[in-house]
Amino acid sequence: MTIIGWLQISLLFLAVLVAIKPLGLYMARVFSGEKTFLSPVLGPVERGLYRLSGIDPAKEQSWLAYTIAMLAFSLVGVASLYAILRLQAYLPLNPQGFPAVPSDLAFNTAVSFVTNTNWQNYAGEATMSHFSQMAGLTVHNFLSAATGMALAIAFTRALARSRVATLGNFWVDMTRATLYVLLPLAVVVTLIFVAMGLPQTLEASATATTLEGAQQVISLGPVASQEAIKQLGTNGGGFFNVNAAHPFENPTAWSDLLNIFAMLSISAALVYTFGQMVGNRRQGWALITAMAVLLIAGVAVVYWAESQGNPILTTLGLDPAQGNMEGKEVRFGQSATALYAAVTTGLSDGGVNGMLGSFTGLGGLVPMFLIQLGEVLPGGVGSGLYGILVFALLSVFVAGLMVGRTPEFLGKKIESREMKFAMLAVLILPLVILGFTAISAMLPVAVAAIGTPGPHGLSEILYAYTSAVGNNGSAFGGLSGNTLWYNTTLGIAMLLGRFAYVVPVMAIAGSLAAKVKTPASAGTFPTDGPLFVGLLVGIIIILGGLQFFPALALGPIVEHFAMLAGQTF
Amino acid sequence: MSKDLKARSLFDPAILLPAARDAVLKLDPRQLLRNPVIFVTEVVAAVVTIFFLRDLVAHPAEAVFSGQIAIWLWFTVLFATFAEAVAEGRGRAQAESLKKTKSELVARRLLADGRTETTAATRLKIGDVVLVAAGELIPGDGEVIEGVASVNESAITGESAPVIRESGGDRSAVTGGTQVLSDEIKVKITVAPGSSFVDRMIALIEGAQRQKTPNEIALSILLSGLTLIFLFVCVAIWGLAGYSGTVLSVTVLAALLVTLIPTTIGGLLSAIGIAGMDRLVRFNVIATSGRAVEAAGDVDTLLLDKTGTITFGNRMASDFLPAPGVTVHDLAEAALLSSLSDETPEGRSIVALATGEFGIASKTRTFDATIAFTAETRLSGVDLGTRRLRKGAVDAVLRFAGVSDQEVPAEFRRAVDQIARTGGTPLAVADGSRLLGVIHLKDVVKPGIKERFAALRAMGIRTVMVTGDNPVTAAAIASEAGVDDYLAQATPEDKLAYIRREQQGGRLIAMCGDGTNDAPALAQADVGVAMQTGTQAAREAANMVDLDSSPTKLIEIVEIGKQLLMTRGSLTTFSIANDVAKYFAIIPALFVATYPALDALNIMRLASPQSAILSAVIFNALIIVALIPLALRGVSYSPAGAAALLRRNLLIYGLGGLVLPFAGIKVIDLAVAALHLV
Repeated sequence: MTIIGWLQISLLFLAVLVAIKPLGLYMARVFSGEKTFLSPVLGPVERGLYRLSGIDPAKEQSWLAYTIAMLAFSLVGVASLYAILRLQAYLPLNPQGFPAVPSDLAFNTAVSFVTNTNWQNYAGEATMSHFSQMAGLTVHNFLSAATGMALAIAFTRALARSRVATLGNFWVDMTRATLYVLLPLAVVVTLIFVAMGLPQTLEASATATTLEGAQQVISLGPVASQEAIKQLGTNGGGFFNVNAAHPFENPTAWSDLLNIFAMLSISAALVYTFGQMVGNRRQGWALITAMAVLLIAGVAVVYWAESQGNPILTTLGLDPAQGNMEGKEVRFGQSATALYAAVTTGLSDGGVNGMLGSFTGLGGLVPMFLIQLGEVLPGGVGSGLYGILVFALLSVFVAGLMVGRTPEFLGKKIESREMKFAMLAVLILPLVILGFTAISAMLPVAVAAIGTPGPHGLSEILYAYTSAVGNNGSAFGGLSGNTLWYNTTLGIAMLLGRFAYVVPVMAIAGSLAAKVKTPASAGTFPTDGPLFVGLLVGIIIILGGLQFFPALALGPIVEHFAMLAGQTF
Repeated sequence: MSKDLKARSLFDPAILLPAARDAVLKLDPRQLLRNPVIFVTEVVAAVVTIFFLRDLVAHPAEAVFSGQIAIWLWFTVLFATFAEAVAEGRGRAQAESLKKTKSELVARRLLADGRTETTAATRLKIGDVVLVAAGELIPGDGEVIEGVASVNESAITGESAPVIRESGGDRSAVTGGTQVLSDEIKVKITVAPGSSFVDRMIALIEGAQRQKTPNEIALSILLSGLTLIFLFVCVAIWGLAGYSGTVLSVTVLAALLVTLIPTTIGGLLSAIGIAGMDRLVRFNVIATSGRAVEAAGDVDTLLLDKTGTITFGNRMASDFLPAPGVTVHDLAEAALLSSLSDETPEGRSIVALATGEFGIASKTRTFDATIAFTAETRLSGVDLGTRRLRKGAVDAVLRFAGVSDQEVPAEFRRAVDQIARTGGTPLAVADGSRLLGVIHLKDVVKPGIKERFAALRAMGIRTVMVTGDNPVTAAAIASEAGVDDYLAQATPEDKLAYIRREQQGGRLIAMCGDGTNDAPALAQADVGVAMQTGTQAAREAANMVDLDSSPTKLIEIVEIGKQLLMTRGSLTTFSIANDVAKYFAIIPALFVATYPALDALNIMRLASPQSAILSAVIFNALIIVALIPLALRGVSYSPAGAAALLRRNLLIYGLGGLVLPFAGIKVIDLAVAALHLV
C-alpha cells in the first residue's frame, strides 16, 4: 500500500461526499414534483409524455398498483429487448452483420439489462449490433435504473407519510428519474468521457497497422454514451468484453476516477434524498455512514490483500513490493483496481477494471462478500436504498426490543406484517445463491464450465450466482457462462433477485404508509446516531456472514489459507 | 396474597418436579408446532436418532458419536419445553394463591327461616341475601334491599368520606370488597362469584392456551425466517462439500443446523411471555391479555388522577401566616386550640403542624364550648375562658370577628391572595374580634413522586395529571409534582377526548380509574388499569386490574412491560451472536480432512472434529437451561433513556453473546476430550 494509493482512494470518497448534498437535494425536489432549473426545458417534454401515454400525473397509486405497474413495465421491457436481440440481423445499424443472438443468451441478456444486473454472457463487440447496444441495452440502462429509483422513492414516501394508502405514481416517478436525473447527468458525463478520449462513433471498427506491420481491426462504437449511463445507472454492462479494463472504456486514471464517481454518486445521494424527504437529514447521513464504513473497509482489505502479493510467487523470486499484479491494468495499479472492485460490488454496478478471479483469495473474497451483504453499500440506484432500509427495519426490530418498546423506525411501528415481508425478502439471497451454487457444484454439465478446478472453481460458480441474485453483473472470470444451464439459471436468479425481493419490500412500504407516525421521545430508539450506525453495520455483517461463511470457507477462504501455506490448486 | 409466594425461589422443587413431567408431555409434535424453531429441532433430533439406530447396526464405531449427538439434540428440545413448563408452573402457583384470597372473604347468608349461616363468599349464588354489619367487608357485588349504612368506598370515588348506601333508589348498588362503617344492611348478590372479574383472571393465568402477543408473533416470524435461512445453508453445504470431495453425514449437518438456528430464544420465548404475566401478578396486578402487558412497555403518556396518586387526597395545613402584630407562636397556638376537638383530616393536620413544626405543647383541656363546623356557619372553634377561638372560611371568620372589608390589614389580604393563587385554601383564625392570621391548607404532594416522574420522563413517558380542581390550583400542584401536563376541571368526557386526541397523534396512553364514569376512558386507553375495589363497569372496561388498588402501580406496570420486551430483544441478540463461535467450531471440523489449511479457522484449538461438533451441540443445549432464570426474572431494568439502555444491553447481550460461546465451547471441548466421550 502506498500514500499515493490512499490519496487516490481518499480523493474519490471526498468528491462523492461533496456531491451528495447538492445532488440529494436536487433529487428530493425532482421526486417531490417541485420545479427545478431544468423544468423550463424538460417540463413540456414531461407533460407531453404523460399526455401521449394517457397518464394523469396527479393520480397516486396504492403499493399494489405501483408494484403491478412496475412489474408490467419490466415484463414489456424483457420481451421487447428479447425481440430486438433475436431480430438484430434484420434491424438497422448492424455494420458488422451480426446474426441473431441465440435464444438462451437473448433471454439471459434481456433479463440481465432489465433487472439492472448487466451480467454479460457475451462479448459485446463480437455479438451485439450498434442498434442492439443503443436501442436495446442502453435504453434499459436508463429504464432499469429509473425503475430502481422510483421504487426507492415510493418506499421513502411510505416512511415520510402518515396514514395514507398511496405511495406516488410509478409512471411519474420513473419518467422524472429518467428525464431530470439520469438524462442530463448522462449527457454531461458522456461529453467528459469523449473529451477523455472514449470513442463515440457509429463506425464498426478502425484498422491499424501494428509495429510488426500486421493489420489489426480495432472495434469501435458509441462507447462514451453507453459508458456514462452504465456507471450513472449502476448497470455495469460494458461495451467491450473486458469492460472498464479496456482502454477505450477507461483510458486513464482520471477516467477511472470519473467512472467510479459516476457510479457512486447517485446511489449515495439518493440516501440523502431519503433523509430530506422523511424530514430527518441526520437519518440520511446515518445510513450513508454505515454504508461508507463497510465500503471503505472493503476497499482497505482488497487493497491490503493485493499489495501483500502472493508468497508463492515471492519464493519464486518475484519482488513482493509489486504486490499481486495478476489481472490488473498497469495504468490503474493496486489502489485504483481495489477501489474499483470494492465499489463496483458494494454498489451493484458490476463493471470491472481488473480480473477479480486473479485476485488473491482474500482480495477475491471481499467483492463476493460485499454483494452477499445485500448490495447496500450503497447498492444499485434505488435498490440499494430500499435494501438498506430493510436491514434498518431488521436492526431496529432486533435491537429496538432491547430498549423496551415495540420497535419503530422513523415513528412507524415494526410489527408482524413488516417482519413477515422483510424475512421473505431477506430469504431470497441465500435461497437462490446457495441453492443454485450447490446444484451447479453437483451437476457435471455445470462443473464442466468452470475455468480452474478446486476451490477456485467453486468461487467462480458462487460468484456468478451471487452476482446474478445481487443484480450486480460483475463476473469472477474463468467460468464459461454462455451455456444453456448458466444462461437459464442465471436469468432466473436475476429475476428472483430483483422482483422476488422487491415485491415484499413494496408490501412493507404499503403497510408502513398506512401507519400513523409516532412522535419520537426519549424512550424511542434513536436511529440517527452512531449507536444505530454501529448496530446496522453489525447486523449487515453478521447476517451476511452467517449465511455465506460456509460457502466462502470452501472457496476463497481455503484459497487464502492454502496460499499462505504455499499450496495452489 | 401470601408473602412466601412472592419470594418463591427460582428453583423451588414444588414447581420444578411437575415441570419436568410437563416438559416430557410437551414433546408432542402437535403442541410443538406452535414453536417452529423447537419443532424443527425435534424433527432433526428424530432424524438423527434414526441414523443412530442405523449406525448401531451398520457402523457401531460411529454410533458412539451419533448417539451422543442425538441425546443432546433431544435435551435441547426438552430444555426448551422445560423452560415453558417452569414458567407455567409458577403462574399456576400464583393462581392458587389468588383463589385463596378470594375464599378468605366470608359471607353471612340469610336463610329462609330467618337464621344466618356463615359461608365462604365463593359459595354465594345470584339471588342470595347476605347480612353485612359495621366493620365487615361486603362479600360480593350486589344491591341493598334493606337498611341504610355508611360504606367506605374511598377507592371507587377517590373521596375518603363514607357514602350512604340504602335500599331503593339509585344508591343501592354495593361493590364486593368495600367496607361497611356503620349500621347493618341486607345485600342481594347480583353477580355470581364464579364469573366475577378476578375469577376470570384466575382462569386466564391457569390456562395453557395462551394467545401469542403481537410482538411475540413478529419475533416468531423473524426466528422462523432465520431457521429457514440456516436450513438452506445446511442443505447447500452438503452440495458444496460434495463438489469439494467431502461426504458429510446427516448427523453432523443436523448438528450444524440445530446449533445455528436460534434455539436459545426459540426455546425461551414463551417462557418469557408467561413470566411477564407472572411478574405482574407478583405486583398484584392481573392483565386480561399479554397484549396489554406489551402495550404497557410502549406507553407514551400516563394519565394520573391527582387525588390519591399525586397528592394524599386531603388538604393539609402547611403554614401559619400571622396578621400584623401577632406572633407566629400565638397564631399557631390559637389554631391548635381551635382544632383540638376537630376530627376532620384538615383539623388533625393543623394539630400535627402546630405541635410538630411549630413546637406548641398540646395539653388536654376542657373547653367551655365546642363549636362544630356546619355548612351554614362555615367555621368551627372553641370557647376557653374569655377566649373565643374560631377558624374557618375567610369571609365567615371576618364576619364573626366583625372586621369590615376596609379594616382588613393589607398584609392579611396579601397572604390570603397568595395562598389562593398557589392553589391552596386559606383558613382565617380569629380570637373574638381580633384577627390572628391565616392557615395555609394545601394538597400535599406525595414525597418521592417528583423523582418518579423525572425517571418516567427520562424513559420518554409524559405524565398528565387529571383533576377536578380549578386551573389555578391544578397548575400549582402540577408544577410542584413535576408533571408534564394537567387537565383541570376534568369531566369524564374531557378525559376521553384527551385520550382520543393523543392517540390521533400516534401516542399510546395508559390510565387508571375506578369509577363507572371512568369506564369509557379506560376502554379507550391502550392500557387501562382498574382498581380491584372499583365498580364492575370500570373493571370490565379496563385491561388490567390492580388488586392493591394503588394508582401509582401504573408506573410499575410500564416498567414490567418494558422489561418483557427487553428480555426478548436481549436474548434474541444473544442467540444470533452465539452463531459466530459455532461456525468457528464446526466449519473447520467439517472440512479439515479435505482442506487441512482450514485448520487455521479452528481458533479455539478444539481437540478433534468430532469433539468440536459435540461441544457446540452441548453448549447450545446447556445455554437454554442456563438462561431459564434470566428468562423468568427478566433482564435487569432501571429507568433510563433508550440510547443508554441500548448501549448497555448491546454490550452485555450482543458482545457477551459473541464472546461467551467461544469460552463455553472450549471448556466443554476440554471436558469432552478428558472424558474420552468421542
